[in-house]
Amino acid sequence: MDKKVALNISTSNFEQCLKCTICTVYCPVSAVNPDYPGPKQAGPDNERMRLKNADFYDKSLKYCLNCKRCEVACPSNVKIGDIIQAARIKYSTDKPKLRDMILANTDIVGTMASTFAPIVNTMVGLKPVKMIMDRTLAIDHHRTFPKYSSQRFESWFKKQAADQDKFDKHISYFHGCYVNYNYPKLGQDLVKILNAIGYGVHLLEKEKCCGVALISNGLIGQAKRQALLNTESIRKSVKEQGRTVLGTSSTCIFTLRDEYHHLLDIDNEDIKDGIELATRFIFRLIDSEDIKLAFRDDYKARIAYHTPCHMEKLGWAIYSTSLMRMIPGVQLTMLDSQCCGIAGTYGFKKENYEVSQKIGETIFRQIETLQPDFVATDCETCKWQIEMSTSVEVQNPISIIADALDVEKTMKLNKVNL
Amino acid sequence: MKFDTIIIGGGLAGLVAGIKLTSEGQKCAIISSGQSALHFFSGSFDLLGYNGTKEIDNPIEAIADLDAKHPYSKMGTATVAALADEVKDFFDKIGIRFNGETTRNHYRISPTGELRKTWLTLDKHFYCNNLENLSLGKTLILNIDGFLDFHPHFLSDGLKRQGVDCHVASVTIDELQRLRTSPTEMRSANIAKVLHKDDSIVRFTEKVAEKAQGFDTVILPSVFGIYDSLMENYLVERLKCNVRLVSTFPPSAPGIRLQMMLKQHFQNLGGVYMLGDMVTNGHLDGDRLMDIHTANHKDIPFEADNFIIATGSFFSHGLQAHHNSICEPIFNLDVTNCGERQQWFDKNVFGPQPYMTFGVVTDNNFHPQIDGRSVENLYAVGSLLESANCLKEASGAGVSILSALNVANNILKR
Repeated sequence: MDKKVALNISTSNFEQCLKCTICTVYCPVSAVNPDYPGPKQAGPDNERMRLKNADFYDKSLKYCLNCKRCEVACPSNVKIGDIIQAARIKYSTDKPKLRDMILANTDIVGTMASTFAPIVNTMVGLKPVKMIMDRTLAIDHHRTFPKYSSQRFESWFKKQAADQDKFDKHISYFHGCYVNYNYPKLGQDLVKILNAIGYGVHLLEKEKCCGVALISNGLIGQAKRQALLNTESIRKSVKEQGRTVLGTSSTCIFTLRDEYHHLLDIDNEDIKDGIELATRFIFRLIDSEDIKLAFRDDYKARIAYHTPCHMEKLGWAIYSTSLMRMIPGVQLTMLDSQCCGIAGTYGFKKENYEVSQKIGETIFRQIETLQPDFVATDCETCKWQIEMSTSVEVQNPISIIADALDVEKTMKLNKVNL
Repeated sequence: MKFDTIIIGGGLAGLVAGIKLTSEGQKCAIISSGQSALHFFSGSFDLLGYNGTKEIDNPIEAIADLDAKHPYSKMGTATVAALADEVKDFFDKIGIRFNGETTRNHYRISPTGELRKTWLTLDKHFYCNNLENLSLGKTLILNIDGFLDFHPHFLSDGLKRQGVDCHVASVTIDELQRLRTSPTEMRSANIAKVLHKDDSIVRFTEKVAEKAQGFDTVILPSVFGIYDSLMENYLVERLKCNVRLVSTFPPSAPGIRLQMMLKQHFQNLGGVYMLGDMVTNGHLDGDRLMDIHTANHKDIPFEADNFIIATGSFFSHGLQAHHNSICEPIFNLDVTNCGERQQWFDKNVFGPQPYMTFGVVTDNNFHPQIDGRSVENLYAVGSLLESANCLKEASGAGVSILSALNVANNILKR
């Protein structure tokens, strides 16, 4: 079928904005923080002014969560979120504070914290310490810090690495900071599933934090250096080793695929399709009848799924939910697709705490009313926010599938012999 | 990914088709590239209001005068009448109540104060059956301080022309004043969100009651509830006088509510709604559409027995205008032979614009064509269809809802 494509001038499509105001309806910030001028004004409207004169840059753009819900809602495919973030990168003269550097440097902080995990975990949980962090660093004292793990995922993986070569098929795993420093079990769960369907798991030659927090905190130079290093490692895996790169965090994957290109101007078009969420990779194999999963009969759970903002933007929630629905004992409810309010490091900042909780209010209420056994979501910061703000535990869909999986039966079904 | 029916386009037509099919047990997915034109909802559904500039009293009787290519002509008068009779019930089941009758148009008031013929009007929204007696009594049009998308003086002028004793005032509460920090964000959806919280609606209602003392009718902008109609009900029940709501300039709060409630209902029935994705292409095998691909899902195809395209007109990019041609961008379906660009427009901007009638060519069963050949398991519905001029003849919602129901029924019969 022949196609005719309209020619546009900018990659953000901002000339296509009709001023229809639909984006403003779905902005989680504009209704709760009137200091934020809303996506239409902050994005395409003011972009016209900024192109004339940089003085039109408005500092209140920092209130944007970068949730991209405006882009999902836009009927004209305008990349409103990208326009706003790109304007912050280009025009903002705010220097990141010490607090911002601490929050954004997940690798450095993670390495230090996991080395002294028991001490750090106890310390940051203490009320006086929380108050000090609140007063000196403006990290809100209501926040609960995620626990650090004393054994990093990378250290655990080293002991498994040799076994992984025995498989016929292989993938690379971009574990991200959260799996490495806070919750190695999620990475272990992925290895368990992939091994059961005959895939060996490998790490990238080099992996740094995807940099999403560096971008949102204005540390662009460092973000770009890390992005280049990750992109090179991914290119090697995809192009030279023929290994798809999988992740278990929707935000890491979204950043590697889309934000590197849109915000950091890194050309990754050749490898973009080689980066994806593990649930999508597994779903495709089932959909094309290349593999089968067998589940335990005794696994029973009432689960509510929360769609993280970047998952909504990727449009991939259906893979995670379809996989969970394949488990016979699972009863799945979809929560309204709305921002939970944390937006990575945004909600940790004292000045954003109140707005952050107000944004998430409806989701929290919905969860408390439903009282599921647990909430499932593909994003670690959504997990922290929901666990802090409700009484319900949150799990990644990969962990749920790993728990419900009948490993032996699955290996037999897929003729995996080691 | 396999479904019984896949619907491309998640606006009024797509959602109505999706709800009808899923409620009959089909497994359906809707793929929508952004939010729909329901965000501009007037508060009323039109069926057929005008023949040229002449008002139509009974839309069913007027179908015989339409062009043979008009979607209503393709369905036939009997089918249009039968389907139109189901519509009030269809929305009632979803929790959205309308007033009006299929064989007798009534009037709504436009945001600029014009009285226009229409078919069904949302409960609690302004409507009247004849212009001679609006039976409003002493009327107060009440705006919210600083809200720029509602124009009480236009409405007042319009009503005064019909002899109504009309007064204008405004009202506010502190929370709403906070919204004015960013004047551009003082919009219907944000007002609705603010009034949704805590006891704001209680205090707002008290203020309205004070102002409304001594009036028979109070007219307010329709900004009460984008998730449900609870606030609207609260307000109307507490006030002693008649309350009539009027839709605002975009975004339309009742339109957003309609979109959200339809979508929620579709999902509750087991439908899959995917927002923010774009169908890029499809694979044909002979005259059958086998599967489609999207921008988000790339190599993972969506397969179905039947497909419905409900991508809308120019606003929703269901149709695209190029320098010398009009096209349907997904499948390159055959469209109206629209001639040279100069013939697309009428010089009188308020005249009947030919481009408004451009759309996808179909047979009488709404199968569109590619290079003159019908695609047997693809159907086109809604404002993408050719011939109807929804603005001039006041037929937009009717064409969307009835063509969707008609196609859904045909799919279920197969």
